[in-house]
Amino acid sequence: MTTATASHTHRSSSSGGYGFRQVARMEWIKLRSQRYPLWTLVAMSAVMVGIGVLTGHNAPRHDPSGYDPTNAGLAGLAIAQLVVGVLGVLMITGEYSSGLIRATFAAVPKRRLVLAAKIVIFGTGTLVLGEILAFITFFAMRLSLPAGVPHPAFGQPGVLRAVIMAGVYLCLVGLIGMGIGTIVRNTAVAISVLVALLFVLSIVLLALPHHVSYPVGKFLPVIIAENSLTAVAHDSPALPVWAGLGMMCLYTAVLLGAGGWLLARRDA
Amino acid sequence: MIEANGLAKRFGSTVAVDGLSFDVRPGTVTGFLGPNGSGKSTTMRMIMGLDRPDAGQARIGGRRYGELRWPLREVGALLEARSFHPGRPARAHLAALAASNGIAASRVDAVLAQTGLTEVAGKRPGKFSLGMAQRLGIATALLGDPGVLLLDEPVNGLDPEGIRWIRILLKQLAAQGRTVFVSSHLISEMALMADHLIVIGRGRLLADTTVAGLSAGSASLEDAFFELTSGASQFRAELLTQELLADLSVPETHPTADFQPPRQGAGERRQS
Repeated sequence: MTTATASHTHRSSSSGGYGFRQVARMEWIKLRSQRYPLWTLVAMSAVMVGIGVLTGHNAPRHDPSGYDPTNAGLAGLAIAQLVVGVLGVLMITGEYSSGLIRATFAAVPKRRLVLAAKIVIFGTGTLVLGEILAFITFFAMRLSLPAGVPHPAFGQPGVLRAVIMAGVYLCLVGLIGMGIGTIVRNTAVAISVLVALLFVLSIVLLALPHHVSYPVGKFLPVIIAENSLTAVAHDSPALPVWAGLGMMCLYTAVLLGAGGWLLARRDA
Repeated sequence: MIEANGLAKRFGSTVAVDGLSFDVRPGTVTGFLGPNGSGKSTTMRMIMGLDRPDAGQARIGGRRYGELRWPLREVGALLEARSFHPGRPARAHLAALAASNGIAASRVDAVLAQTGLTEVAGKRPGKFSLGMAQRLGIATALLGDPGVLLLDEPVNGLDPEGIRWIRILLKQLAAQGRTVFVSSHLISEMALMADHLIVIGRGRLLADTTVAGLSAGSASLEDAFFELTSGASQFRAELLTQELLADLSVPETHPTADFQPPRQGAGERRQS
C-alpha cells in the first residue's frame, strides 16, 4: 500500500522541478488551442490593411508636400490596438472567468512564472504578427498610391523605422492589456479601462484648451503611436520617437509589474 | 499525507476557518464533512496554496504546496466543477497542464480513457454536461498520477451512476496507497465513500474520527452529524433571522431564551 506513495515521492524529487520552459510550453499550447485569437487577428489584419489601401488610394494629389503617406497608411493601428489590447486582457481574465486560473496555479504555484511565460509567448506572437501586418499594410498602401504622389521607400530616412515601430506598438499595447487584465481580473472592467486609456482620454483632452491638451496629450499611447512612433519626421509638440517608445515600455512595465506584484499576494 | 496546522482565514469580518488542525493519512478515503459555509472549500484552497492563510500552514508530504517541484505529480485536485476554458478542447486542456509539469503526453490519453472522455476529447467542453465537466475535472486531478488527491464536492450534481463511479474510483485510489481527501455536505454519501471523517463547523474542527466511531453513539451517521453541528447550524439560522428582521426594520424581536448575540454589529443594528 505504501509503495505507490513512496514511488510518487521518489520520482518527483529525483528530477529538478518545473521551470520557465515547462510553463512556456503550457502557455503556448493554451494559446494555439483556441480559435478566437486567430480569427480576431485575421479580422484585425483585414481592417488594418484595408485602411492602408484606402489612405493610399485617397492620398492628396495636388499638394502632397508635408503629407506623410507612411504615417497615414498606418492609421489602422487605432483599431488594431484595441483588438490586440483586448486579446491581451483575455489572456488573463479568460482564465479567471472560466476558473482555469485555479488549475493553472495548482500546476504552477509560482504565479509570476505563469505571468512571465504569458508575457513571452503572447508578446513574441503579437510582435511577429504585428511586424508582418505593418509591412503588409505599408506595401499595400504604396501599391494603391496614385501615380503623381511621391512613393515612400525604405531607403528614405524614417520610413523603415515607422513601419517597424507600428509592429512594436501593437505588441506593447497587447502587453498593456495583459497588465490591466492581471490587475483588474474581470473582463468587462479590464476592457473598459483599456478603452479609456486608448480612446476616452484623448477625447477628453480634445475638450480642453491647447495649452493643457498638448503637453498632456503627447504622453497618450494613441498620440505616441500616431505622432511619434509611426511619424517619418519628428514634429515639435510630439515626443521624439525614442522617447515615445520609452514611455510605451514604461507603461507596459509598470502595469505588468503591478499585476505581478498583486498576483503573488492575492487569493486566486 | 496532508497536515493542516492551525489554519485560519477570514474574509472581511467573516471568519471562514478558525484554527483548524488535522492530518489526512494515505491508504484511506478521508471525508471532509460540514454544513454549507463551514469552511471546507477555503481549507482546501489553503492546502493548494490558492488562498493565503492568515495563520497556520498546510503541508503535503512535509512541504508547503508552493515548494512542490512537480505539483501535479504529487497532488491532484478537483476544486470546482469547471476549472477549464470552455473554448479549449478537453485534450488540449490536459496537454497544456501536462506540459507545465513535464508529464508524458501518453498520460493525457490515459486519463481521458480512465474517465470515459476519449470520444469527446477533441470537443470544446463549454457544452459539456455537469457530469462530463466533473469527469474532466477528475481527469485533470489524475493527470500526474499523484499520490495525494483533494476533491471538493465531487459528486455535486451527478446522477446516481456518476456518484457510484466516483465512489468506486476514490476507493480504488486509496487502496493503491494514495491519500484521498474528499469534501461533501452529503452525509449519506460520506457514509458510503469515506473510512475516516473530519467534521468541521464554523471553521472549527468538530470531529476527527472513523465513520464507525462517529455514528457509534447515535442512531445513524446523520443523527451524529446533526448533534455535532447543531451549534453551528443554529447559530447560522439565528443570525439569518436576526438580519432579516433588521432589514425589515421590525422594532422589537423576541430572541429565544438560549440565544446568544453572535456579534456586536448585528445586535446594534437590530435596535436601530
